[in-house]
Amino acid sequence: MSAADADVLVVGGGPSGVAAAIELRRQGRRVILLDREPALGGATRHCSHSPFGMLEFGRVYFGAAYGRKLAREAQKAGVDIRTGHSVVELAENGALFVTAGPGVERLTAERILVTTGAREKPRSARLISGDRPIGVVTTGTLQSYLAFHGLLPFRRPLIVGSELVSLSAVLTCLSHGARPVAMIEPRPHALARAPLSWFPTLAGVPFHRGAQIVDIIGRNRVEAVTIRRGEKLETLDCDGVLLTGQFTPESALFLQSAMGIDQGSAGPAVDQHGRALNPRYFAAGNVLRAVETGGWAFREGRAIGRTIAEDLRHEAEDGRPVPVTFDAPVKLVVPNILRRASSLPAAFRDFQLRFLRRAKGRLSLELEGREMWHARGTWMPERRILVPIPAEAPRAQHVHFRFREET
Amino acid sequence: MPLHPPIAETFDVAIIGAGVVGCAVARRFALAGAKVLLIEKGADILSGASKANSAILHTGFDAPPGSLELELVRAGRQEYLEIKDSLNLPLVATGAYVCAWNALEAEKLAGIEQQARDNGTMDVVLRSGAQARASMPALSDRLVAALEVAGEHIIDPWTAPLAYLNQAVALGARFLRGTELLKGTFDGAWRLETTAGEIKADSVINTAGLYGDIVDTRLGFEAAFRIRPRKGQFVVLDKAAARYVPRIILPVPTEVTKGIVVCPTAFGNVLVGPTAEEQEDRVRATVETQTLEALLARAAEIVPALAGMPVTALYAGLRPASEEKGYRVFVRPDQRAITLGGIRSTGLSSALGLAQHALKLHAGFAGPFTPPADVPDIAMPNLAECRERDWQRPGHGEIVCHCELVTRREIEATFESPVPPGDFGGLRRRTRAGMGRCQGFYCNARLAEMTKGRLAAPLAIETEGGR
Repeated sequence: MSAADADVLVVGGGPSGVAAAIELRRQGRRVILLDREPALGGATRHCSHSPFGMLEFGRVYFGAAYGRKLAREAQKAGVDIRTGHSVVELAENGALFVTAGPGVERLTAERILVTTGAREKPRSARLISGDRPIGVVTTGTLQSYLAFHGLLPFRRPLIVGSELVSLSAVLTCLSHGARPVAMIEPRPHALARAPLSWFPTLAGVPFHRGAQIVDIIGRNRVEAVTIRRGEKLETLDCDGVLLTGQFTPESALFLQSAMGIDQGSAGPAVDQHGRALNPRYFAAGNVLRAVETGGWAFREGRAIGRTIAEDLRHEAEDGRPVPVTFDAPVKLVVPNILRRASSLPAAFRDFQLRFLRRAKGRLSLELEGREMWHARGTWMPERRILVPIPAEAPRAQHVHFRFREET
Repeated sequence: MPLHPPIAETFDVAIIGAGVVGCAVARRFALAGAKVLLIEKGADILSGASKANSAILHTGFDAPPGSLELELVRAGRQEYLEIKDSLNLPLVATGAYVCAWNALEAEKLAGIEQQARDNGTMDVVLRSGAQARASMPALSDRLVAALEVAGEHIIDPWTAPLAYLNQAVALGARFLRGTELLKGTFDGAWRLETTAGEIKADSVINTAGLYGDIVDTRLGFEAAFRIRPRKGQFVVLDKAAARYVPRIILPVPTEVTKGIVVCPTAFGNVLVGPTAEEQEDRVRATVETQTLEALLARAAEIVPALAGMPVTALYAGLRPASEEKGYRVFVRPDQRAITLGGIRSTGLSSALGLAQHALKLHAGFAGPFTPPADVPDIAMPNLAECRERDWQRPGHGEIVCHCELVTRREIEATFESPVPPGDFGGLRRRTRAGMGRCQGFYCNARLAEMTKGRLAAPLAIETEGGR
């Protein structure tokens, strides 16, 4: 036993963090699970429409009920759960600075797993033009208003985006007495698949593809929004703007550490074991790449938890990482780096890719310039693409995803 | 319907406009012993030009030689340095580089150095590009030369004016917000018609910023100047950018503008801006996608490591420029009125100097006041990263805003303070809640709950059944 506070500190009590913590307890490891919110569950706490838990618990839970189930399971497993604990900094050598009601403390462990999830990009990061009144919020914020406080941030919002979460946003509005004035998507097509993408129109909310905001107008609260559809400008009266989707990892702890973040995924770079650039740190779940389902995050957390349990048997290895490179318009690849195979079990069997935009063409994987895999097709943005990691990949010096666009 | 009960008392001075200058003037006159009233038409202080600046405490090294602006920037800076500790205000002693990116700009540096010395800023050193990059390696290798100005510092642009007003209020000054001046008449003393009813005062000081010319007209004066709003857009970069920008990076100024600045903030971010865009509108200060993209591109040219850095926030402000470059200060002794107008860009630095100046001008036409025997201590809550924040101290309750580590204790305290927030912007400026990288994704709903019934424009709309 070391003098550390725990074998593993897990930062973030959503599906992946809880799954990893439970797995580590099963392997007899001491685990402290830190979450800055008052309850476990992460983003699932406010997602009132999405069913969670079928694969991991054999039944369906909604909203906060899933978080409570996670908490019960973690408690049963003997995880030391500390909610209301905000991790401020990843320090060197397995230490964390945490602030909670009583003040700041420094916690140490042999390994640290970061599972801080993802959030939607705010208006600022989207560089949207106009005034900056109140009433411009994301889906997560809208759902938090309703789920935690029974409040509404607007009554007649304009909805921006057409991902799955955007449809959930329409549903949230309609079921709480808010009437969206329209839904717009800058791309020429919806991001969610049909027939789900037909939903706004069926619900009586006009859906404009190829439309974008050019001006938000409002002194205190949003009063109107001007959108451009093709060459045409149109001003819509509304009292809010609901920005949906464009998820991005909540990876600030890495961004502010020496490890930084991967430009493609905006999350920490991890290898096939879920290890970050500093091998004492691991990451799992949506902090790696936005955004996957709760069930996916749970399984990923469990797999990486298992790898960490194995990794604790020896000193943290510091093999030289080989970056996985890719051509545009591939947006990201996870794992982002590979390390020479050790005795560790791989946490990832597949590379996960996403595209920035819709693209037709031939995608291939090359090791040392030699093609190992390829596929042709029309690749859609924000959809998961899986490519098996070849057994010899961790020994390669050059790992590259090539894309040739075809018309 | 007036917002406040009728105000029977007669004030020594009525100050119109609670920007940084109005707050500083209120403090100076209260310290001198005057019975002070400060009125503000917005829901909070700093509702106009003062909410959006680059937060630099200037030395005046590049101010027009011999100008009133230079004198007051220097006086204001000096007083800030003297009072900051007693008010618990931060000073981030970053220093600045005036950066020359080509031979033509490099030629101008010697002239700027001379001007700085003539202006009394002696701590300036000409550096080669390599020398400057040795102390700030993140600067682009295209840097030709730089003038180091050690005395340029960063402060908290919102807590400072609030501290000035808090001190004034502690000395008995009245602050009325949501109160617009409609008309003033002078018959030996002033009768001010406002949206809060009639107010009587012996003297009037116009610190109305973007509305300075309009307020002068409402006071019955001939228009002596005209405000021409100049918009500035800013981008705030993630705190991860701060490690690359330890100093203020100034461009070599042109005739038209001081140009785009890249500088640290007291809160640990990096700021890029402002633009300088003339407009007629005094109200709307919009951000524009293309301009913001251009600012980001410019920042990455200056500091290549900033390319792709996440954007935390955007803002835009209007500067109260006028048809002339200098400050527009007018004294009307016969009508016991002072106008401090056209403070287009250095107001944060010069505010305390302007306040001293106004008191001096006032003494020219009105008898002296009796200074208070006792000046109460005002210790402002610290929001700057360079000093201890509330989250680092025990008993803060909990973290409400995770990105900026704002505690429940801080938010509760600000609503109990002498000048509590009037709107959401005011709450953000007093606590930093919602100012971080997620811009409220995690805390906005909680803040809506905590601020229910406390802000002029509530975050949540009224729903049926009250909830």
